Amino acid sequence: MGGNYRYIGKAMKRRDAESIVTGSAQYLDDITFPNILVGKVKRSPHAHAVITRIDKSRALALPGVKAVLTWEDIPDYRGGTPRNVRVLDRKVRCVGDAVALVAASTDEIAEEAVALIDVEYEILPAVFDIDSALAPGAPLVYEEFGSNVIPGGTIIYGPNCLKGVVRGDVTKGFDEADVITEGTFGYENIPNALPPESVGAIAVWEEPDKVTVYGTSQAPYMDKVTLFHVFNRQVEVRSIGTQVGGGFGTKFTCWQVESYAILLSRATGRPVKVMITKEEHMATFVLRVSSRMHARVGMKKDGTLTAIQGTWYVDTGYYSFTTQAQVAIGSGELMIMAQCPNWDLKNIVVATNRNASGATRGFGGQELKCSFIPLLCLAMEKADLDPFDVLKKNFVKPGGGYYWRDGEWYDFRGVDFSKAMDRGAEVFGWKEKWKGWLKPSSVRGTKRRGIGVGVHGNADIGEDASEAYVQLGYNGTATIFLCVAEHGTGQKSNYIKMAAEVLQIPPERISMSPADSLVTPFEFGPVGSRGTYAIGSAVINAAEDAKRQLLEMAAGKLNEDPSNLDTEDGVVFVKGKPERSLKWRAMGNDRTILGYGRFEPDFTMCNCMMSFVEVEVDTETGKVDLVRVVNATDVGQIIDPPGLEGQLNGCFGAAGIDSAIFEETILDRRTGHIVNANLIDYKWRTFSELPVIDNVVLETPFPSHRFHAVGVGEISTSPGPSAVLMAVSNAVGAWLHDYPATPNKILKALGNVESVAQEGV
Amino acid sequence: MTATKARKAQAKTPQSESVRLVVNGETFDLNIGERRGEIEPFHTLSHTLRETLGLTGTKISCDHGACGACTVIMDGKAVLSCKILTVECDGKTITTIEGLRNRETGKLDPLQQAFIDHTAFQCGFCTPGMIVTARALLDKNPQPSEDEVKEALSGNFCRCVSHYHVIRAVMSVAKPEEVSDGR
Repeated sequence: MGGNYRYIGKAMKRRDAESIVTGSAQYLDDITFPNILVGKVKRSPHAHAVITRIDKSRALALPGVKAVLTWEDIPDYRGGTPRNVRVLDRKVRCVGDAVALVAASTDEIAEEAVALIDVEYEILPAVFDIDSALAPGAPLVYEEFGSNVIPGGTIIYGPNCLKGVVRGDVTKGFDEADVITEGTFGYENIPNALPPESVGAIAVWEEPDKVTVYGTSQAPYMDKVTLFHVFNRQVEVRSIGTQVGGGFGTKFTCWQVESYAILLSRATGRPVKVMITKEEHMATFVLRVSSRMHARVGMKKDGTLTAIQGTWYVDTGYYSFTTQAQVAIGSGELMIMAQCPNWDLKNIVVATNRNASGATRGFGGQELKCSFIPLLCLAMEKADLDPFDVLKKNFVKPGGGYYWRDGEWYDFRGVDFSKAMDRGAEVFGWKEKWKGWLKPSSVRGTKRRGIGVGVHGNADIGEDASEAYVQLGYNGTATIFLCVAEHGTGQKSNYIKMAAEVLQIPPERISMSPADSLVTPFEFGPVGSRGTYAIGSAVINAAEDAKRQLLEMAAGKLNEDPSNLDTEDGVVFVKGKPERSLKWRAMGNDRTILGYGRFEPDFTMCNCMMSFVEVEVDTETGKVDLVRVVNATDVGQIIDPPGLEGQLNGCFGAAGIDSAIFEETILDRRTGHIVNANLIDYKWRTFSELPVIDNVVLETPFPSHRFHAVGVGEISTSPGPSAVLMAVSNAVGAWLHDYPATPNKILKALGNVESVAQEGV
Repeated sequence: MTATKARKAQAKTPQSESVRLVVNGETFDLNIGERRGEIEPFHTLSHTLRETLGLTGTKISCDHGACGACTVIMDGKAVLSCKILTVECDGKTITTIEGLRNRETGKLDPLQQAFIDHTAFQCGFCTPGMIVTARALLDKNPQPSEDEVKEALSGNFCRCVSHYHVIRAVMSVAKPEEVSDGR
């Protein structure tokens, strides 16, 4: 497709391509300043403790140490949701919680100083999982949150933030059901999205109350907003985004590291860089939320859902920044995939003494679905239904709807994704391979293959506000002012492409401002799936506004009505009479045409991804090989084919499909230490183990912006994990409900299979 | 900084006091010491490249020898610069991502161009390590099979999952007749 457009839908060289392949792209750690200091964090070895004494004198005496800060040195600065987490506190709440900050002239001196800070702790009992946190009399992570339940709702989603789903009459729904299943299912292996670049910030303090922060954030403007509140609305923050070495949602939560850099820069009067190590990244930065669901589901024989009732327990670790938001979005996302008239779904956000969970692509919905679909599988097995048919049937369609994050009901006005799902099933060969529940699709010696399917959709394609300016240059050029840091999706280049299409000038003639909150208007940032529709709309609207002003300017000079004019390649002309024209130059070099574009949130549409997976299980070793993946989606209009393909191939990385096969963060639940916080023990898929991936992408125009596109990259990780459990269960002939399906679990399940088989014979 | 372009190969200072590196065709004599611009015995090669020589194209991700982001070519072999001490590199010839361009024409290495043409990156953080590793492979084995490419790159981690595009890009240089342009 893309035939009607000059640039949209055609592969275009990424704007940052040369700088990436030559090593000149500037990521945060590549930036330095004269006189810059290194900041390091002293971290707690205890999961829960009160600091009874800190002696920083030995650290301060070390030559090269410029500042040591503890909770005693700084005002009551707080972040989190609710805003109750002190930047430095007297109490530590997880292994790795910040105890003190050091600024020094080199890494090594800073590290030595960290070791020289003497801290005495009064160790407190700790809670490491949902059960112990909710048990009566459990130690409290926060005195103010009794029972370790963090209050629901988040201020940015408004007063009626979705806290659960109540709709219809579940009693009636269960009465109407032909099959009912009930159980507890979890996705509690807290995988780490783990971008290759760690998290960091450089702060440059300016007396008396200003600071410039360069960060690894994927949403730099929002950091300005967040930090403004953290510093009690007393500090003016200028936030500058850099090239980001992967985010996957996690780099929305950079406020703590940024706060450390700011405090140290203020204390020393010098620029300070805090770049946490990979071990710190893995042991102290955000993980996926830990999700567990106890629920009942009712279904008719034909796969129609009649009732969903239960409680979703979410373990957010030692604090929440976005967890209530993830609960709201996740609940709405479950409604999108499970159109059902009767609901009673509650949720509880629980605090425990491990490092925090936070925003990660899939944003609540992946985690909830990974818990819900195994329950649904039992119902589908009972009713002897093909899961593809049931998932397709129950996904939202025109005429359907859902509650979304603000607690309001939205009638869905997007496209019917059934066609994409059918096409995906066809490419995968689903109907030929599906042999029924707990039946392998093929057996060859010790190798058993099984298939599974999952689905996910997210209405956050149109979430939150975006703003952009587009300035026209008299020599036929344009500049986009937008606070977006390129974090890997290629969206910055796509915005250039969109503006080029509106203005009909080659993309090479369009520049983009740095992501600098001092220069650009507001931007929520490319988080969730909002990059294409929400941010794209702001850029398109700004370009259209600029074009309107240009044509109005030219109309006077050409003595024509602006509606009779158009522009191409830096020339304004009368439609049908191209000889009557005016170069953009006519605006003069002493005039600025500046278009402004804004996107207002729109929750009436969602994206969709259905993933089909085939696994091969070795019954001798218990190893699961991911053999094949087919991702099926409809994006309305492809903006950039290779970029989209890359995003969809991302399905197994970033705490996606592989979180069902081998990826997990292993928490020692006696001490609170994460035992695999390094890249040798935390396994990643390598080049030698790539599955075959086919991406089926349809282009049914959406009523979104002028290019009818919606974003989808975010959710490519989301349908896969539950599909893998389904596939592995089918391959081995027994249910596996525990993520990830590691060899020991497989062999255990296989033992059951063999004994059952023997009894059967 | 004591780095110098002068090629005083014969006047080599004693090993204990300085280290001579040839990086991307330039010779650097680096004193061992504690002052700015000098190298300390615990400095890794990746640290020296980035912090002392300003060659920040070499990335540090795990800093632990696990991820391949810091890969450089040393005397013809792809090595992990985070696992090598600079003091051990006296007399070594090193090529980093910044040194892959043709020095006379300024033209990109065919692999760099292929990575652009195939959009063989997303966030790009692992890309320098990928390209350098692939360069070392092609220097030794100009026409590797796809499996040999995968094997060579199996120590380079990518989290966005650009693997498929990377293979296409590398194969387009290795065996141009077998690879379509991927569009």
